[in-house]
Amino acid sequence: MTEISQPAAQATTRPARRPIKWSRVGDHAILIAGALLMVLPVFMIFATSSHDRIEVARTGLQFGFSDQLAVNYGKAMFEKGGFTDTVDGSLMLMNSMILGLGFAFGKIIISMMAAYAIVYFRLRFATLAFWIIFTTLLLPLEVRILPSYEAIQRLGMANTYSGLIIPLIASATGTFFFRQFFRSVPEELGEAARIDGAGPVKFFIDILVPLSRTMIAAIFIIMFVFGWNQYLWPTMITTEESMFTLVRGIKQITQGVVDSNDIPEYGQALALSIIAIIPPVLIVLFFQNWFVKGLTESDK
Amino acid sequence: MKRAGFTNIWLPVSLLLPQLSIIAIFFYWPAGWAVQSSFYLQDPFGFGSTFVGLDNYTDLGRNSEYMRIAWFTVVYTTLVTLFSLGIALLLAVKADKVIRGARTYRTLLMWVYAVAPPVAGFMGIMFFDQRTGPITDLFGVFGWDYKLGVNYNDTAAAMVIAAVWKQIPVNFIFFLSGLQSIPRSVNEAAMIDNRSATGRFWQVTFPLLAPTTFFLLIINITYALFDTFGIIDTLLKGEPGNNPMTLVYKVYLDGFRGNDLGGSSAQSVILMVLVLMLTVFQFRLIERRIHYT
Repeated sequence: MTEISQPAAQATTRPARRPIKWSRVGDHAILIAGALLMVLPVFMIFATSSHDRIEVARTGLQFGFSDQLAVNYGKAMFEKGGFTDTVDGSLMLMNSMILGLGFAFGKIIISMMAAYAIVYFRLRFATLAFWIIFTTLLLPLEVRILPSYEAIQRLGMANTYSGLIIPLIASATGTFFFRQFFRSVPEELGEAARIDGAGPVKFFIDILVPLSRTMIAAIFIIMFVFGWNQYLWPTMITTEESMFTLVRGIKQITQGVVDSNDIPEYGQALALSIIAIIPPVLIVLFFQNWFVKGLTESDK
Repeated sequence: MKRAGFTNIWLPVSLLLPQLSIIAIFFYWPAGWAVQSSFYLQDPFGFGSTFVGLDNYTDLGRNSEYMRIAWFTVVYTTLVTLFSLGIALLLAVKADKVIRGARTYRTLLMWVYAVAPPVAGFMGIMFFDQRTGPITDLFGVFGWDYKLGVNYNDTAAAMVIAAVWKQIPVNFIFFLSGLQSIPRSVNEAAMIDNRSATGRFWQVTFPLLAPTTFFLLIINITYALFDTFGIIDTLLKGEPGNNPMTLVYKVYLDGFRGNDLGGSSAQSVILMVLVLMLTVFQFRLIERRIHYT
């Protein structure tokens, strides 16, 4: 019995050749084309950053690598440049880190505190406070740059890290996000904590914060990338070159590519662009699931 | 508010204080100041200002350059939104369908989210370079004598392409998560009723994606209006000249380079009203969105 049925079963489950499904091939072709569209430009920038500036000036972007990689990246990181010869890539990298981390931490701390107060306390003005905070979602910094700049000037906060970071925090995205999350936390948790004699501070630190770990991680990634990639605000608020971030510095570097009468420092400019995108890209790649969660849930 | 709310008074006040004071100083004060100074004409040398009522606004309406920029902003926003949504939707539908390599495709299609707009602009400069740019060469094959920074439409094309490229990942992520939240049973039922994959997409999947699409529409319009500043500034290389620009860039240009405070503030207020309208529209859609799900 088994001797007969086995070959028959094999014949049905394993035909000589599976016919190629052309629609599936088409799906993969489209996806590969899309992936190339995303990857290839950055790859070419990276490959070209290993070439000599004369070669780049003559033939443009390259597909292959050359031997100038270390030289170009060394120059980009450690050769002082700018008008005042005070800024190099490593300093800008540090400033970018300060902006990205400072913004992400500041935003999370301040918005968690505010959201906790709004959700967990019987306050007569809680609704009012919520609307005051919530209105900031309506106007992005870009539409009020000039007056914000004026405010920073009057407060003497131009060219400082706090002037760079704090105004960016003045938007309610984080507060709104944590408010939604806290509201989804079961009521019983707060009640149980109160019965056990936990005060509001203890409840927040020992129960609510550990409970929000995933949320904090997700929002941290979004905020770090957002802060790191800020351009308009740093461009206005930092005029001293020692305060430049990488993203802000790109303009100065590309200006050099455009203006100089000599052959521009292509290798250095390209290397700096790559350095500017590596940290946020790595974070997005490594914490992909948290990133997607943070993005799709914070924007709703 | 939670039922089991704490009844302390000073704790919540001090918890709210940091956020409220930051908002007061860096949001309400500047916004109010913008509205106020849009009614004044500032002396260019800083010797006081005169109340001019709505003059700054009517001047903008009569300014043909401003109207041209406004029109370009509309065209630019439409093109960026349509192309980045269209391409991302196509990729998301395919990525949702394939089984082999799905995760790799997802990663490859979304990491560009982390590339800063000015870097995308600088990449544009290299790719659209008049002599050596690969895309310029490509256009040359089709007989397009492409001149970035010289020809108005050519510069506009580079701006649109760079902005679309940068925005595809966000749209892709949202479309993919929207597609994945469609219940399997719905797809199976559709499979029985309609054999054509294209027909199934337009009759079942696309309507179910409508809430995501509406939401992304707003996100993309705001992106094209505001977040593309870095791309535009880098591509223009600080020399606007005869080149296209968006309304936000014009605010920056008039306020910082031209020292026209009143005019720039009036432009800011116009943008504020625009964003307010978009947001109100968005909330009405979100309310309606409940009926879909």
